[in-house]
Amino acid sequence: MRIVDRRLNPSGKNFENRQRFLRRVKRMVERAVRDASRERSIEELENPGEISIPADGVRQPILHHGPGSRRDLILPGNREYVEGDRIARPPGGEGGDGAASGAGGGKGQQDAFRFMLTREEFLDIFLDDLELPDLAKRRIALVDKEGLRRAGYATTGTPNNLALNRTMRMSLSRRIALGRPKAETIARLESELAEAAAEESASVESLQSKLDALRRRRSRVAYLDPVDLRYRRFERFPKPVAQAVMFCLMDVSGSMTEHTKDIAKRFFMLLHIFLMRRYKRIEVVFIRHTDEAAEVDEETFFRSVETGGTMVSSALEEMLRVVKDRYDPADWNIYAAQASDGDNLLGDNDLTRELLQSAILPLCQYFAYIEVRESFLDEANPFEGGQSSLWTAYAPLQKEGGKFQMRRVSRRERIYPVFRELFHRREAGAAHGDQA
Amino acid sequence: MTAGPLLFQGKDWNFETLQRIYDAIEPIAEKELGLDVFPNQIEVITVEQMLDAYASTGMPIFYKHWSFGKRFVQHQTIYHKGLQDLAYEIVINSNPCISYIMEGSSATMQALVMAHAAFGHNHFFKNNYQFQQWTAPESILDYLAFARNYISTCEERYGHAEVERLLDAAHALMAQGVDRSPHKRPLDLQQEEKRERDRMQERERVYNDLWRTVPGRAQPLAKAGKDRQRAMLGLPQENILYFLEKAAPRLKPWQREVLRIVRLIAQYFYPQQLTKVMNEGCATYCHYRIMTRLHETGRITDGSFLEFLHSHTGVIRQPMYYEPSYGGVNPYALGFDMMQDIARIVRDPTPEDKVWFPDLAGTGDEMAALRDVWANYRDDSFIAQFLSPTLMRKWRLFHVVDQKDLPYLEVAAIHNERGYRELRRRLAAEYDAPAQSPHIEVVDVDLAGSRKLVLHHQVVEGRFLEAEEAALVMKHLQSLWGYDVLLQEVDSRKGDNILKEHFVAAETS
Repeated sequence: MRIVDRRLNPSGKNFENRQRFLRRVKRMVERAVRDASRERSIEELENPGEISIPADGVRQPILHHGPGSRRDLILPGNREYVEGDRIARPPGGEGGDGAASGAGGGKGQQDAFRFMLTREEFLDIFLDDLELPDLAKRRIALVDKEGLRRAGYATTGTPNNLALNRTMRMSLSRRIALGRPKAETIARLESELAEAAAEESASVESLQSKLDALRRRRSRVAYLDPVDLRYRRFERFPKPVAQAVMFCLMDVSGSMTEHTKDIAKRFFMLLHIFLMRRYKRIEVVFIRHTDEAAEVDEETFFRSVETGGTMVSSALEEMLRVVKDRYDPADWNIYAAQASDGDNLLGDNDLTRELLQSAILPLCQYFAYIEVRESFLDEANPFEGGQSSLWTAYAPLQKEGGKFQMRRVSRRERIYPVFRELFHRREAGAAHGDQA
Repeated sequence: MTAGPLLFQGKDWNFETLQRIYDAIEPIAEKELGLDVFPNQIEVITVEQMLDAYASTGMPIFYKHWSFGKRFVQHQTIYHKGLQDLAYEIVINSNPCISYIMEGSSATMQALVMAHAAFGHNHFFKNNYQFQQWTAPESILDYLAFARNYISTCEERYGHAEVERLLDAAHALMAQGVDRSPHKRPLDLQQEEKRERDRMQERERVYNDLWRTVPGRAQPLAKAGKDRQRAMLGLPQENILYFLEKAAPRLKPWQREVLRIVRLIAQYFYPQQLTKVMNEGCATYCHYRIMTRLHETGRITDGSFLEFLHSHTGVIRQPMYYEPSYGGVNPYALGFDMMQDIARIVRDPTPEDKVWFPDLAGTGDEMAALRDVWANYRDDSFIAQFLSPTLMRKWRLFHVVDQKDLPYLEVAAIHNERGYRELRRRLAAEYDAPAQSPHIEVVDVDLAGSRKLVLHHQVVEGRFLEAEEAALVMKHLQSLWGYDVLLQEVDSRKGDNILKEHFVAAETS
């Protein structure tokens, strides 16, 4: 008998099969993940989800009998029946179904099954294909990542880093320098010696001593000596990390209802999860405004209520102030997302557009505006119907593929699609910076 | 058997403990029970590894396929919810015979698994005629390694999607990929592997691209009669995978080889399907005898024995049909009870037993009788031969007939003098796997025309194929055959009267 301890063998042999399985059900998992993102609170979204997918797409069909005209059951535990007894069929048609499916092994009748996605798997699918456009600028100063790069050769190292070519070159030059006799030379001498010995010539002795000397030399000067060994050397170097700041601008004026605020918050939260996951060095600035704007902390931004008039330009000005104070556009990639119901003080619209166009957009990599409404006249085509004053003011700035994009949302389930539209990976075109 | 010192105390164990336990069990198994086993290899694994092993039908080496990932996810979910313990044993029919034990189990459980798997199942694998007929324990691991490498090479060469499609199709037909009666040539998986390698090398050696460009002669259509054609194709053929591998016109050589791999593995597991009750009965009976003996001789403590009994009774519990936990007949329970019953008949027969089992009753050596049973039967013949009236009474078995068009179910037989034979016959029939699974054959190919493949399913007692799944399998079959396929459900008693048809046309491409 042999006892083998396999515990140290890698487990997770099935990892690849699991990945294949996930690939296979990807579309279904994606759908399930999106549904989950609609129904769950955002806090829950950060946590791995238990996802249920219909078994249909991963069905493994086999040929088996359907129900026949007659079934024979052998059951244990008879208490009362005698031969010939008739048992009323249990209500629901199919009599004794539980017993039959048990005996049949239950094949072909799998229900949808649920399984746990890991946090990584969940977010991967959730955020698949999304990225911030144009993360171009870097800042070298803030460094917290190290890379590994080749740095010449060293005389010590681990065997896997042995530089074979370099070692052999060292060995060759040493052999030449120290005059290690070549194998051919020795072979030649040996044959000469053999010849001389055969002819019993006088040169035998001198040849023999010459040969001995060569052989001694050869054994002293090794073919490969420890001093020849060279190893590839690696050194760590600091790797610059792309950094970005995201401005979240939200209208919290009296005209914003609970519903529209909920949608706006969900949008920002999605953005937050997305940014935290994709970018290592990212800062988020929360600005809320009524007729005046203030930078607030996350808690206040998401929780507290305000009333009052609306002046969107105040938020843009606040953003400019913060940029000037803390985020030099030379060093930072700047992004902004603005949510509002579109009601603005009529006289403020021109100023707002002007600010956006000439001051903010030049600083920004990307600016997304979402307009949240109770409802639209035409849900299928939210661009039609009543235009808000802000929408009308912003509309000329939007260009296909440009750095300013705007969308309208009135229902929770539209948030995710709109979010994806705004942040889906751009085809070629804009060069992306390193993702940290 | 003389008493010895305690093998262990408490739950903890180490490798010395395992060795001690094994050394104590071995003489009981070999001398007292007369078991004849392959050399044993015990492997200690973790829970995760057990889940891995589960997912690939218990095999340590298996090719990759998404369905194993699905199985893993299912097991894992169930396990993490605590709905189910992991079975405490997986044992592989190989030489040496590999049994897995989990690191988290107590010393008692390790003893139990060794007695159950390393001796019970091991003896059964080595001696049962079905396993001897169909499996090659010496080379199975090598063959699985070959299969895994072959399939992963195919994935590299022909793409994952292509291989996946092929495996999906092959898996759908796996149950139709076994020979149910002995072949003329016994399988030797090691030889198979070598032959495939040689074939491949030969093909590569003689391959000459020129020949591809020579204008082909039209295949001389066999003028011979239809019967001759069918004979040449080996029709009718119930092993559909075999037929496709040999005759499907559009498959490439590597695709044939993959079909062959799936088919051979299906065949390898086939005996396990046929002998579930006996195999578990044998292993359970052995572990029960061995653990009892260890206790009698003072090698394990009373506490340890109680722990064993707790686990043992859990395994052999048979809920009655009216209990909510009833899920059909528990093969462990039926197998164990029948083994116990045979031992009783041999040792201590009643007058009834003497009438029913004249050759067995009172012969005195229960192990000789059991070893003979284990070697020479499979579940259906075993039950048909050895289910005794005593046991039918104990289980209070009865037979219910469910006729579709009647408003009631009828009790056709109960555990009395008139019912015994009927009960036994019916229960045996339930374990007759070949008879229970649908009987499907390739019957014809239209070689001269459309190359349409025709299959028959014999309908018995109005049991048609489940239509929705059948349609999916037919699509897979069509993709392998490459031309039209037609499956007819026929009633052979009425001269192959066609009752229903499933047809999949070739995709026009």
